[in-house]
Amino acid sequence: MGRYLIGRLLLMIPTLLGVAILTFILMRVVPGDVVTLRYSQSGSVPQEVIDRERKQLGLDKPLQDQFVDFMGQVVRLDFGKSLWTDRPVTEEIGSRLGITLELAILAAIISTALAIPLGVIAAVKQDTWVDYAVRVFSIGGLAFPSFWLGILMILALVVWFRWAPPLQFVPLWEDPVANLAQLIWPALAVGYRYSAVATRMTRSSVLEVLREDYVRTARAKGVGETLVVVRHALRNSLLPVITVISLEFAFLFGGLVVTEQVFNVNGLGKLLVDAVAHRDYPLVQAIVLIFSSVFVLVNFVVDIFYGVLDPRIRYS
Amino acid sequence: MIRRVIPFVAIAALLLAACAPAGPSAASPTAAPTGAGTATTAPTAAAEQPKPGGELTYIVTAEPPTFDAHQSTTFATLMPVSPQYSLLYKLDPADNVSKIVPDVADGMPTISADKLTWTVKLKSNVKFHDGATLTADDVVATYEKLRNPPQGVTSPRKATLAAVESITAKDATTVEFKLKFPSGSFQAAIASPWNYLYKASRLKEDPTWYAKNVEGTGPFVFVEYVKGSHWAAKKNPNYFVPGKPYLDSLKAFFISDVNRQTTAIQSKQALIEFRGFTPQQRDQLVRALGNEITVQESPWVCTNYIAFNTKKAPFDNVKVRQALNLAIDRWGGGEALSKQTIVKDVGGLMRPKGPFAMPDADLEKIPGYYRDAAKGQDEAKKLLTEAGFSASNPLTFTFLNRNVTTPYEPLALFTIDQWNKTGLIKATHLAKETAAYLADLRNANFDVGLDFNCDYFDEPDLQLAKMYSASGLGKGLNFSHYDDPDLDKMIEAQGHETDAAKRKQLVNDIERYVIGEKAWMVPVVWWYRVIPYNTRVKGYVIGSNHYTSMDMSSIWLAGQ
Repeated sequence: MGRYLIGRLLLMIPTLLGVAILTFILMRVVPGDVVTLRYSQSGSVPQEVIDRERKQLGLDKPLQDQFVDFMGQVVRLDFGKSLWTDRPVTEEIGSRLGITLELAILAAIISTALAIPLGVIAAVKQDTWVDYAVRVFSIGGLAFPSFWLGILMILALVVWFRWAPPLQFVPLWEDPVANLAQLIWPALAVGYRYSAVATRMTRSSVLEVLREDYVRTARAKGVGETLVVVRHALRNSLLPVITVISLEFAFLFGGLVVTEQVFNVNGLGKLLVDAVAHRDYPLVQAIVLIFSSVFVLVNFVVDIFYGVLDPRIRYS
Repeated sequence: MIRRVIPFVAIAALLLAACAPAGPSAASPTAAPTGAGTATTAPTAAAEQPKPGGELTYIVTAEPPTFDAHQSTTFATLMPVSPQYSLLYKLDPADNVSKIVPDVADGMPTISADKLTWTVKLKSNVKFHDGATLTADDVVATYEKLRNPPQGVTSPRKATLAAVESITAKDATTVEFKLKFPSGSFQAAIASPWNYLYKASRLKEDPTWYAKNVEGTGPFVFVEYVKGSHWAAKKNPNYFVPGKPYLDSLKAFFISDVNRQTTAIQSKQALIEFRGFTPQQRDQLVRALGNEITVQESPWVCTNYIAFNTKKAPFDNVKVRQALNLAIDRWGGGEALSKQTIVKDVGGLMRPKGPFAMPDADLEKIPGYYRDAAKGQDEAKKLLTEAGFSASNPLTFTFLNRNVTTPYEPLALFTIDQWNKTGLIKATHLAKETAAYLADLRNANFDVGLDFNCDYFDEPDLQLAKMYSASGLGKGLNFSHYDDPDLDKMIEAQGHETDAAKRKQLVNDIERYVIGEKAWMVPVVWWYRVIPYNTRVKGYVIGSNHYTSMDMSSIWLAGQ
C-alpha cells in the first residue's frame, strides 16, 4: 500500500510538469501579448512605447530563453509576477483561492444533497411518474449550461424581487448570511448541473443492488422497506456514486470559470478568464497548475478511498 | 434583518414561482420601450441645490492594469483612480465636451505674444492627501515624467507634449512652459485627464511609485482596492475647492459581464456606469425602472476606421480603396445601426457635431458620403470594373474584426453587406479575439480590417495621429500601413496653426484628402454614448468621451 501511494504521488510530478509545459506552449502559440492589450484601448500609442515595455517584461527574448526562465521558476515553485498588474502571482491567487474553494464545496454539497435522495427515490419508484420526473430533472441539469442558468436566476431575482446577489464578497466567518447570499446562487447553478450525473449514477447503482440476493433475503426476513433501502441497498451502492461525485468535484472546480464571471464572484475562475484575455502568462500558468493539481489530488484521494470503503480492494 | 433574509426567501419563492402559472407580476416591466433620443432626460442639476452626503456606487467594466494614469491608456484606470487626483486644467464638468477650466491652476494660462511661452499660476491651497502642499516643483516633475519618462517608465503621452522645449518652476506657484513652436493643441494637452499631478519627492525616490500607490490632491482619498471586486474612496476634507466634493464616499464595482452590469443598475446595487450602455440595455432599464432612470446621450469621440492593407494587392490600388469606401451608405447605416448598437452619427475624421466637424452639406460631397446611396454603389461598381473585377471575378477578401459584440460585430456585418450588394465584392467576416486581432493589424497580416480610435477631446492632433506615415510618426498607429509625406506635412501644418478658423479649414482639407482622394483609412459611423443611470445621481453631464470629469467632485445624490 505504502509503495503504491508513493508511486502515485511521484507520478503526479510528470503529470503536472506536462500541464505546465503545455500551458506555456499554448499561451505562446496564440497571437498577441500583454503589452499590445494594455494599450488596446487607445489607438494613439506609438510602437516605440510598446517595444520598450516588451523589453522590460522580457517578452522580446527568444522563446527558448523564456522557456528556460519559466522552467527555472516552476522548479523553485516561484510563479513570478503578473504581467498585467506587476504584483506577485501568489498574491493575486491567494485572495481568490478561498472563494473558489468555498463555492466549489458549496456546489458539491448541493449536488450531493440533490443527487443521492433523488437517485434513491427514482430507483425505488422505478418506471413510475416519480422516476420519470427525476430523470427529466437530471437530464435538464445536463442540458442547461450552468452559466445560462445563472443568468436566468439573476434576471428572475431582479425582475421579481428587485434584488440581486451582493457584488462584494464577505468571508463566511465574518457574516455567514451575507456570504451565503452571494455564493448560494452560483452554487445552486453549478450544483444542479453536477448533480445530474450523480443522480443517474445513484439510480442505476441502487437499482442494481436492489436486485441482489441479500436484499431479497432481508425483505424475506421481514425487514422494513426503508431499512432495506437505507441500510442494505444505499450503503452498498455508494462506491460508484462517491467515485462520480469526487471526480465531478474536480470538473466542477474548473466549471466555475464561466459561472463566476456571470455572478461577478471574485474567484479563481474570473481571474483565469481575465488572465487569458490579458495574455498574462505567469498568472494563467499558475492558475492552470492549481486546477490541474486539484484534479490530480482528487483522483489520488478517490483511489485511497476505494480501499477504505471496500475492504475487498487492495493495492499492490 | 429583512434584507438579509431576502436571498433565502427568494430561493423558496423562486421554486414556487417556477411551478406557478406564468402571468404578469407587480414588478414586471410594463412601460413601452423608448427609442434612442426619446428616452433621454435632460439632467436637472442646474435647477437643484446640491446636497452633501451619501455614497456613489458605480460600475467599472474592467480593472486598472496600473494606478499610474501617465502610463495607462484605459478608462479602467481613470474611472476608479481619478477621484484621488487633480490636474492642471480639466474639462468643465458642466460642459464635459470642449470648455477647459482651471483645476489646480489659478486661472487660465498667460500666453506670450509669440505664443511660445505659457505661464501657469497655481492655487496656493492645494494639499496632497498626506498634508504636503502642491508646488510648482510637483507640476514640473509630473510633466517631465510625462514628456521624458525615466528608465523603466513608459509614457504614451510623450507625443502630445512634443511641442514642449522646457518646463521650469519660476517660483512656488508659477510654472512656465516654453514651446518649440506655436501649438494649436497645447491647451488640450495640459488638460489631459491622464496627466495626474504627482509629488516631486515621490517621483525622485521612485518614478514607478504611483503605479501601485495612490496619493494625490483630489477630492477623494483612497480607502481600498480589492482586486476583482471593488475600489473605495472617501471624501477629502481638505480639498481645495470649498464645499466640494458633495459625496461622502465612492465605491466602484468591477463588473465585466454585460448582463450583470444591467442587473446591478436595475437592482440599484450600482447607480451609474460612466462608459456607456447599448440601446437595448437602456430600453431594458427604462422599461423596468421608469422614472427612476435618467438617460443622457451624446456623440462620442470614438470611431471605427476601415483600414486597408496597402502593403497588399489589390488594396494598394486607390481605385479599389475608393470603391470600398463608396459602396457604404453611411447615412442609412447610422440610422439603422443606432437602434441596436452604440453608433449613430456620420462624420469624417473629426467627431460629428464637434468643433472641427465638417458641415453635413460639405461632407455629403465627399465620395462615400453621398446622400444618394445608389450613386455611391454605381461609382463603386465603375471603379471596381476599371480595376479588373467583375461578377464572375469578384474582389474577394476577409474583413478582419475584433470579436467584441458592441459595436464591432454589427458594424462589420453592415459594412460587408454594403460591399456585397455591389455584386462585384465577396467579403467575409473574420472575427478574432482582441490580442490576435491587434497582432494582425500591427503586423499587416490582413486584407481589410476594422480599426478603432477613442480620444478624450475633439483635437485634430489626437484624432489625426493615426494618419501619419506608417514608417514615421504613424508607426504602430497607422494600420493601413501607408507612407504619405504630403499628408504628414498637412497634419503638421494644422498642428502649428493657432487660429481656430484657419485650423478647421486645414483639418477639413485633410479629411477630403484622406477619405475622398486617397481613401487611405475611412471611418464607418461614429460612436454614440448612452448612459442610463439612477435618477438619484445629480451633477453629472455626459461628455463626448468617457475619460474626462471622472474626479466626481460635482456629483451628488438626491433623495437620501
